[in-house]
Amino acid sequence: MTLAHDFPVWAAILVAFFVLGGSAITLVGSLGLLRLGTFYARTHAPTLGATMGMGTILCGSALYFSVLETRPVVHEVLIAVFITLTTPVTLMLLARAALYRDRAEGSPDVPAAERMEEAPQRPESAENRSEHEEPAR
Amino acid sequence: MSWLLPYPLLTAALLALWLLLNQSVSPGQIILGSVLAILAAWMMAALRPQKPRIRRPVAVFRLAGIVLVDIVRSNLAVGTIILSARKPGLNAGFMTIPLDMKSPQGLAVLSIIITSTPGTIWLNYDAAKGTLLLHVLDLVDETVWIRTIKGRYERLLMEIFE
Repeated sequence: MTLAHDFPVWAAILVAFFVLGGSAITLVGSLGLLRLGTFYARTHAPTLGATMGMGTILCGSALYFSVLETRPVVHEVLIAVFITLTTPVTLMLLARAALYRDRAEGSPDVPAAERMEEAPQRPESAENRSEHEEPAR
Repeated sequence: MSWLLPYPLLTAALLALWLLLNQSVSPGQIILGSVLAILAAWMMAALRPQKPRIRRPVAVFRLAGIVLVDIVRSNLAVGTIILSARKPGLNAGFMTIPLDMKSPQGLAVLSIIITSTPGTIWLNYDAAKGTLLLHVLDLVDETVWIRTIKGRYERLLMEIFE
């Protein structure tokens, strides 16, 4: 393994470009978490970091270690495969949990369940709560 | 041969995983990896998962290419919305798409494609009606999204799995 100061300049510039580019894309995604209004809209933002942000950072990593060890280092592809397979599962779980709760609360912002089995039972407290809200208006 | 390799694709994928993790293609690692991959496939056989049949391997690569291009394009689109829209997420909304595909493996792959593409998320699939509920960040024209998902992904997935 060579020392860091032997690292060629062209490769250093490319690696920096990939890593900084990937970090910038991930930052935009995190900014989306801050700026987007509803929960469902916010679920779209972190996918930026999990797709292109991850991809460019891994390209930088593969390039750096390939040049440093003067042999192709490609096992970063495993990180890409496992992140791509697991992130959507988490996002779908979160979004479906939100949808289930919104439907249970009878929220008008989400499409209603099309079949009865899908619809969660309205909690008894929903009526009590609306009574409590009346005097407030 | 099928008693030795009940799930040949799984065995091959596990062997590739082993060789990548060890960063070596020496004969010793290939033998060790093969033994482990075959044992793991036997354990998997005890669960009797449904065996996917990949009919057109060429279509797999075409689909992967299309999805890669679409992911880059949606990254740019969603990034632009987050950075430049005065009130981002104003166009966000739910939509329903009728699907013709019934294959569970095809639907699983479609759910991963749709959710990992920025700007769309898979919410609910109604197996009885064959409809899919989506949430889309930039819902200006529903027909564009229906054309993308049915024309670009579902058609290829049906070629592969059905």
